[in-house]
Formats: sequence, structure tokens, C-alpha cells
Amino acid sequence: MINISNLQKHFVSKEANVHAVNDVSINIGDGEIYGIIGYSGAGKSTLVRCINFLEYPDSGSISIKDFGTITSENGVLYKVDGENRTRLKEKDLRKLRRSIGMIFQLFNLLDRSTVFDNVAYPLKYTGLSKEEITEKVDNLLALVDLSEKRDSYPSQLSGGQKQRVAIARALANDPKILLSDEATSALDPDATESILKLLKDLNRKLGLTIVIITHEMAVIKQIADRVAVMEDGKVVEEGEVYEVFSNPQANITKRFVESSSGLEKINKLIESRTIELSNNASQRLIKLTFTKDSVGEALISKVSRDYNVDISIVLANVDIVADNALGGIIADISGDPDKVREALEYIASNGVRVEAIER
Amino acid sequence: MKELLYKLIPNFMNYSDRFLESLSATFQMFFIAGAITLLLGGLFGILLVITRPDGIKPNKFIHSVLEIITNIFRSIPFIILLIFLIPFTRTLVGTSIGVKGAIVPLVFGAVPFFTRQVESALSAVDPGKVEAARAMGSGIPGIIFRVYLKEALPDLIRVITITAISIIGLTTAAGAVGAGGLGSFAINYGQNMHYSDIVNVCVILLLIIVSVIQVIGNTLARKTTNKKLFQK
Repeated sequence: MINISNLQKHFVSKEANVHAVNDVSINIGDGEIYGIIGYSGAGKSTLVRCINFLEYPDSGSISIKDFGTITSENGVLYKVDGENRTRLKEKDLRKLRRSIGMIFQLFNLLDRSTVFDNVAYPLKYTGLSKEEITEKVDNLLALVDLSEKRDSYPSQLSGGQKQRVAIARALANDPKILLSDEATSALDPDATESILKLLKDLNRKLGLTIVIITHEMAVIKQIADRVAVMEDGKVVEEGEVYEVFSNPQANITKRFVESSSGLEKINKLIESRTIELSNNASQRLIKLTFTKDSVGEALISKVSRDYNVDISIVLANVDIVADNALGGIIADISGDPDKVREALEYIASNGVRVEAIER
Repeated sequence: MKELLYKLIPNFMNYSDRFLESLSATFQMFFIAGAITLLLGGLFGILLVITRPDGIKPNKFIHSVLEIITNIFRSIPFIILLIFLIPFTRTLVGTSIGVKGAIVPLVFGAVPFFTRQVESALSAVDPGKVEAARAMGSGIPGIIFRVYLKEALPDLIRVITITAISIIGLTTAAGAVGAGGLGSFAINYGQNMHYSDIVNVCVILLLIIVSVIQVIGNTLARKTTNKKLFQK
């Protein structure tokens, strides 16, 4: 659906030269929910703004299904058509933007227009008759479950309702792609939940490809199919959400995963010396990660019995990631050093990842 | 009634036809200069906002030229500007006195002021709204009319009110150099002939005109505001 290759974007100012997007290449599939996560300043916002060319990339190319390939050279955009290359016309650019919906962290609704007029904004001056626009807007408002707020002004709506209006507005021109820039970051947990649910519904119902930028792993975990982790303008890790969550590779990914799992509390417990780290072979603090491939038997009690070791669970957590369970246990295991080692090997052979927690 | 007025403001009543002429001259200056200011100042204000480096159509040249001109004319006191512009006014409209002669300096005095006001009103429009409009495929005219001017309307009405009141003030100052209008009426008959009742009436009348403009402006601004700061 969206094919980004070798994208580069610098911001040059008097104070600094920021390499916002550094050689990014990603493929976003048709009908996929693709998450891009990173801390602020990682370049994710710039990257997503390059997809509808709100920012012109310095170089690189982007292919969009049903539209074609656009390459950028020194910030000048060209449309590539086989061998031919022509300057991208302003008119075509605006047509492209109309075919990609976008929603924002702070909704960006027009305060002086009613809900109806906000949603009608992208439809006006497109050749549709007044009746057609009215019908379309009413359908869109029904789709986001806000029909009764048709004549309200944005100031009379809650944050979640505002984002629903913004979603209806973004869908007005029947886009195949929706870009979401931190769309839930300004919402309370309930509203976040309902907006994410709505996005997932739209993805299923309309086959909408959704690109979600966020700094919250919870959002990715809940609705994304695949995720790219960005740091300093680069994609440092990419893959299926479940794979990335169950086996993070890059340090920043590990931080994100820990921040959303609840098991990171162990670090605080160790720091505050509530739990003593004993670094000898007969007593170890371990972290076990149970993925969907792990064997589903009563592992802990079996190991404890068979190897004559004591296992006490310090922290445990089960996450639902991309609709699959991902479990984690932090436990203290003690006993005969050889038995401890054998026990851990046995656990690992059952598809459970075993990590020793060290300082 | 008439007798009472003759008793209270005898000199004013004696010169009442002169007064009516002056009042009409003031209104002519106000409306003609005001209309030109609205158009030019509005245009320059919009240009300043869209051509700045982070605007929707960055253009360093247009932006700096407008900046410099606006700053120069904003820093010259109006009374000096009046005298300074006399030769220019004479070449442009053939005379430097009367209503016709006053329009040129009034425009020069009011446009830079209004330009800045429009610029600040439009700058207050959330850049996020502009970005959303761009993302929806709006072009430059669409963003100007459907986002900037529409969203900033209450603020624009406020700055138009302020500018209108300031133009009233400028028309009376222009009276000092032979523009006619209430200003010269008050100077020529009130000050020079020591008819203090004439000055008093002029003051009261200006007070009324300014208050009416202010009330209309406030009402329109309030009516067009849909963004409430406090929810009931």
C-alpha cells in the first residue's frame, strides 16, 4: 500500500541541523495497521508527514497504491511513471492529500464550524451537490456514532467526541489510508480505548490501511499488526507486534516493552533494596517470558517438584498483545546449583525465554 | 426645544449648517479611508502571515518588504505624516486639502496599523488547523478564506473596531491641516473663536460615535465566537 524507500529529511535552522528522518525504508501492507513508535524527537511525526507530503522529503521515494511513485531530489518532488519523470504538480499533490485521511493529537477541528460543517469541509468544492454532501456527512457521523451532535460546536464536545469528528472528517473523501498522529495522546483512558476500538473497526469494515504514530506501547499492543521502532530518525527495529513484544532486540524497544508490561517494577524494587540481588549459583532472580509458542503445562510446580528447587514468584503479568497472550514472571529460584541450572534449561526447552536479572 | 438649545449652546446653533457640513465630511473621510484601509490592510496582513518562513507560501522578499514599509509608516506620528505627505497627495489627487486631500494621509496612517492588527489576529489561528486543511487538500485560497479568515473572524471584528475608532481620531487630526470635518470645525470655531460650547458638543458627539462603533463591534465579535472558555 505504502512503500517508503531511503527517505531522508533534514531540518536546517540557525541553531541546529536535525536529521529528522535518516534513510528510512518501510513497507506498509494493504489493510494493515502499522504502528510507528518512538520518543518525541525520534522523527516519527516527520516520517508520517512525508507520506502525504505535508513535509517534503530531501530525498528518497514513496509509492502509494493507486497513485504511483513520487521521488524527491533535494526537496523537489517528481512523479515517476515507468521511465518518465515529471515534476509533481500542485494539483496532483492536493489530489493525493485528499485520498489520504489524517487525524491529529489535538484534533484540529475548526472551532467556528459545527460538527456537520467540519466533516463537510473536505467535501465542499469537490463537485458534489449539497444533497450529496449532506447525505455523506450524515452517514459518516453515523459511522463514528455522533449523529446527535451534528449541530454542536467542537467546544461543546469531549476530547473523545472531538477525535470522532476528526475521524469522520478524515474519512470524508473515502481514503484508503488513514494517518494517525498521536491521536489518543490527549485523551483519557476511556476515550483512548473507544477511539482505538473505532480505528480497529474501521480497519476491518472498510479495509482501511492505518498508520499510527505514538509514544505509547499500549496503543501499539492493542491495535497494531506490525510496528517500527524509531530512534534518532532511524528505524531500529521492525516486525510483527507480537514478535517485537515477546523478543525485543534493540535497547529502546526493550525499554518500550518493559514500560508497558508492569514487570519493570522489579528494577525499582531492586533499586530500593526491597529485593536483594544474590549473585550466587544456588539462588538467582530470573525473568521468564511465556509466548504463544510456550508449552501450556504447569511448568513452575513441575520443575519445583522434579528438580527439588524452590521457586517464589516476585512479579507476574499477562499482556494481551495483538490478540495473543504474552506472560511474564519474575521469580526467585533457589536450590542446589546444578539443579537450578538444569531446572532453567528444562524451562527454556519448553519455549519459555529465561533471562537472569542482573544489576 | 429649539429655544432651549439656543440658550444652552448658542454659538453651535448659529453655525449648525457648518456643523452638518463638517459632520458629513467626517463621515466621508471615515468611510472612504476606512474601506481602503480594510482592503489594503487586510491584504497586507494576510500576505505577512502566509509569506513568513513557516507560513503556507513562504516568500522572504514580499515578507521583508511589507515588514519594512509597515514599520516605517507605523513609527511616524500622524501629524508629521500629514505634512510629509502633502507633495505626494497633491500629485496623486490634485489637492492636499479637503476630504479628497485627507484620504491619502489617512490611508497611510491607518493601513500599517491595521496590517499589524490583522497579522496578529491571523497568527492566533492554531497552526494545527492550517495543517489539517493542508492535509485535506486545501490550496492557498482555501486555507486563507476557509481557515484563517473564518476562524479569526471574531478577532478580526475586534481589530476592525479598534482601527475604525482610530480612523475617527485620525480624521479629526487631519482637520488641523485643512481636511475639513469635525476636527477643523472644533479648531476653527471652538478654539480660534473661543466658542467653548462648540468644542463641548464636538466632544460629546465623538464620544457617541466611538461608543456606537465599539458596541456594534463587541456585539458582532461576541455573536461570532463559538469557542467558549468556560462550559456551563
